[in-house]
Amino acid sequence: MPPTIALDVIRYRPERNEEPSFQTYEVPFRDDWVVLDALNYIKDWLDGSLSFRWSCRMGVCGSCGMMVNGQPKLTCAAYLSDHQPGPIRVEPLNYFPIVRDLVVDITEFLRKLTKVKPWIIRDQVWPVEEGEYRQTPAQLDTYRQFSQCINCMLCYAACPIVGLEPEFVGPAAIALAQRYNLDSRDEAAKQRLKILSDHAGIWGCTFVGECTQVCPKHVDPAGAIQQFKLTGALDALKSLLLPWGTR
Amino acid sequence: MDVFACDVLVVGGGGAGLRAAIAVAETFPSLAVTVISKVYPMRSHTVSAEGGAAAVIKPGDSLDEHAYDTISGGDWLCDQDAVEAFVREAPAEMVQLEHWGCPWNREPDGHVAVRPFGGMKAQRTWFAADKTGFHLLHTLFQTSLKYEGIRRHDECFVTKLLVDDSRCQGVVAIELATGQIQAITAKAVILCTGGCGKVFPFTTNAAIKNGDGMSLAYRAGVALKDMEFVQYHPTGLPFTGILITEAARAEGGWLLNKDGYRYLQDYDLGTPELKPVLKSMELGPRDRLSQAFMKEQEKERTIKGPYGDYVHLDVRHLGEQVINTKIPFVRELCLKYAHVDPVKEMIPVRPVVHYMMGGIHTDIHGATPLPGLYAAGEAACVSINGANRLGSNSLTECLVFGARAGKAAAAFASGQSEPNPAVLAQAHDEQRRLEQQFLFKAGGTERIATLRQAMQEIMEQSAGIYRDASTLQQAEGKLQQLQERFADVALEDHSYTFNTELTAALELSYMLDLAQAIVGSALQRRESRGSHQRTDHPGRDDRQYLAHSLARRSGDGSPRIDYLPVKVTRWPPGERIYGR
Amino acid sequence: MSDLSHHTRYHPRWYRRRMSVWWWLKNRAYSKFVLRELTSVFVALFAILFLWQLRALAHGPDAYAQFTARLKAPLFLTIDTVAFLFVLFHTITWFNLTPTAMVVRVRGKRVPDKIVAGSNYIVWVLLSGIVAWILTRG
Repeated sequence: MPPTIALDVIRYRPERNEEPSFQTYEVPFRDDWVVLDALNYIKDWLDGSLSFRWSCRMGVCGSCGMMVNGQPKLTCAAYLSDHQPGPIRVEPLNYFPIVRDLVVDITEFLRKLTKVKPWIIRDQVWPVEEGEYRQTPAQLDTYRQFSQCINCMLCYAACPIVGLEPEFVGPAAIALAQRYNLDSRDEAAKQRLKILSDHAGIWGCTFVGECTQVCPKHVDPAGAIQQFKLTGALDALKSLLLPWGTR
Repeated sequence: MDVFACDVLVVGGGGAGLRAAIAVAETFPSLAVTVISKVYPMRSHTVSAEGGAAAVIKPGDSLDEHAYDTISGGDWLCDQDAVEAFVREAPAEMVQLEHWGCPWNREPDGHVAVRPFGGMKAQRTWFAADKTGFHLLHTLFQTSLKYEGIRRHDECFVTKLLVDDSRCQGVVAIELATGQIQAITAKAVILCTGGCGKVFPFTTNAAIKNGDGMSLAYRAGVALKDMEFVQYHPTGLPFTGILITEAARAEGGWLLNKDGYRYLQDYDLGTPELKPVLKSMELGPRDRLSQAFMKEQEKERTIKGPYGDYVHLDVRHLGEQVINTKIPFVRELCLKYAHVDPVKEMIPVRPVVHYMMGGIHTDIHGATPLPGLYAAGEAACVSINGANRLGSNSLTECLVFGARAGKAAAAFASGQSEPNPAVLAQAHDEQRRLEQQFLFKAGGTERIATLRQAMQEIMEQSAGIYRDASTLQQAEGKLQQLQERFADVALEDHSYTFNTELTAALELSYMLDLAQAIVGSALQRRESRGSHQRTDHPGRDDRQYLAHSLARRSGDGSPRIDYLPVKVTRWPPGERIYGR
Repeated sequence: MSDLSHHTRYHPRWYRRRMSVWWWLKNRAYSKFVLRELTSVFVALFAILFLWQLRALAHGPDAYAQFTARLKAPLFLTIDTVAFLFVLFHTITWFNLTPTAMVVRVRGKRVPDKIVAGSNYIVWVLLSGIVAWILTRG
């Protein structure tokens, strides 16, 4: 008999269930299968009513983040073979409200993302005919890492502050704010600092550091937030020492 | 049922859709624009594009050369007025994206850097490492957030176009999270829903690429143009079909057969050199490279693997430094999904369905023949891609024609009266159809996955890289049977909340339509051109087929094919020359 | 369709999970984090001890001798050892976290994390050496 592996999957259908519970499925075990392949096998052949999000299956669309054995993972990159002998526990991402089964509600994230103004802001906008703004490879390097965020929400599911303080803007959104702060073409770092200088913003972070650990794209949101704090602290110090200001 | 009204409705939140929405917001700020998408915009498949986006920017290059490369690359099936507009507007669109924050790779002096690409005679492909599509999409999405006039309906699945009075006046959609049916009326609708690679079993395309918009337009009576032209990308990872970007070859990667031989030299693609040569060998066009693989396979010079034959892409000689800075994503993908380190090992690759040259028939403003309906991006066929698209033209196409369609739709919308109340009756009918045919449906014996697999197998066998009349005819019959079997589909999930079985069924029904259109168009075109290779009609026939095929849905659901002459402005059809 | 009283069609209730008060025990990284936060109590303890020492010093040699004698009591020795271990943990974890918070660039290139963190240790050892030298000299 070909080998199989068990998946304990969270089911929650708001029409029917008061609260989520586990359902176990037995799927074929294959070396080159990831957890997402197993979920698709369930959906296609065992139980069409299991709901989850997925799309690219190459780790860049950010849809398929779930808790795999308690760890936030992109299920398209979580191999069954790394979780032998099973059963593998598959749950929706931590700290987000569950819409259904493995699908969580991320509308709050979109609101928080918009709040940090993740776009280029500058006083003098060049007309397109003038050509591109100049940016050296070194200037690009300062923010490139923070521009790699795929909004997969794994860092939110890893951050206990997100769970304890729902208003906390969170790792990915702050990292993206810092991405624009560090972009030589942008001039709105002060604006974003103002938006984020409170306990829902950078000062909400207590530097657990798990966001960076789980990030599949090595964005290092923890680094982004601490660097942001440093600028914020220096800025506050400056305005304390030089209250009349030089700005 | 929830009813919403807006002026311009964009269906799809990928590169073309977001560019269109921003174009509306910038040119007609008074218009209410809504973007509706079945996924959050940043999940759209634009995100997976890797290599780059073409636009003439460097000295020594010219718009005419970009146009000529595109037209000859498309085997003269491109509309040349469209190509001229495309190459002319491309540089400004790319600069605009730079101004919006796209992290393009740079020269030491701070100017944007470009790289070579397949079928391009000059270096003109802008790139953000090998995650160009990702950066392009996120830049557009984040920029779109600053326009308060752009409203979004995320995770809403469109099931029907509302057409009344011979004018498109909105859509019906299901809000996935709640199951609520929405009627969204609009004075103009722009379809930017991407291609339909998922009609094939082995594709670089994401799960969401089901050709929803193409099918919506097709069902509303709009013709699908050039559907027989399906691009196989020569380098996908076996099993997963993950794309290994052309940039790997542009940076100097080699394609080797089982003997370690650069086999492309045997197929009129030039002679091997150590350094990459533009428009030669590994930098030839995708159709020719994929066809060369098939010929190698016939000669049994490919390597046998558990997921079919493959060849090797070798980038080891580039060194770790170049690989890490120019194609880091290739390394990441190979390590994660093939357990191969390209710095030390050769990458197994094989041709894989990548892109639909065909799509919704539009003019050069993105307007379809149905007033009020526009289309852009892969969903549309303008056509600038002809019989074979050149790598790095599609991201640029999303920007240029996304913007064009946005402006044209906005101009149209500002001169229109409010939608007719009659369309709301249609929306109610659609709600009843969805409930009766799917949500409340009991019984049925066919599994969605069984039908989808059958369709994909038929398509691979009949409409792959090489085709002939008899297999295409058989495929026509088999697809018709699948359509009938689909009526007996079984649904286990009757929930209103995030019902992905319902969407999978709807997507399958879209794909079945498109599969028929592809096979029907392929059967009628009795010649070989670009990506459409007929073993029973091996030559190109400009006398009869210098024309776009137009597939229209007939009463019984099967496609009816007409032809529309190609627009030739300055480049009469000639021979496609690579490596000579 | 709905079997549940709270559920209304088109307005399903998202399920919100509550965070257990023991959340920090569920994951090693979380436990380590809470432990690190806890060390601040012991850092404060050391600071208070130091202030007390200063006060004793200010009250003259007798008071200072009494103070040092008191420190030798088993209870104080135990507290001191535990506090010292926590402060050590505090120091090491924060030293190791510095490269995340501070990006140092030399000639456009990012200084490797190990060097940023390592320089903390070097300064630590140097300062301790100087203090030891001052103490032993006297």
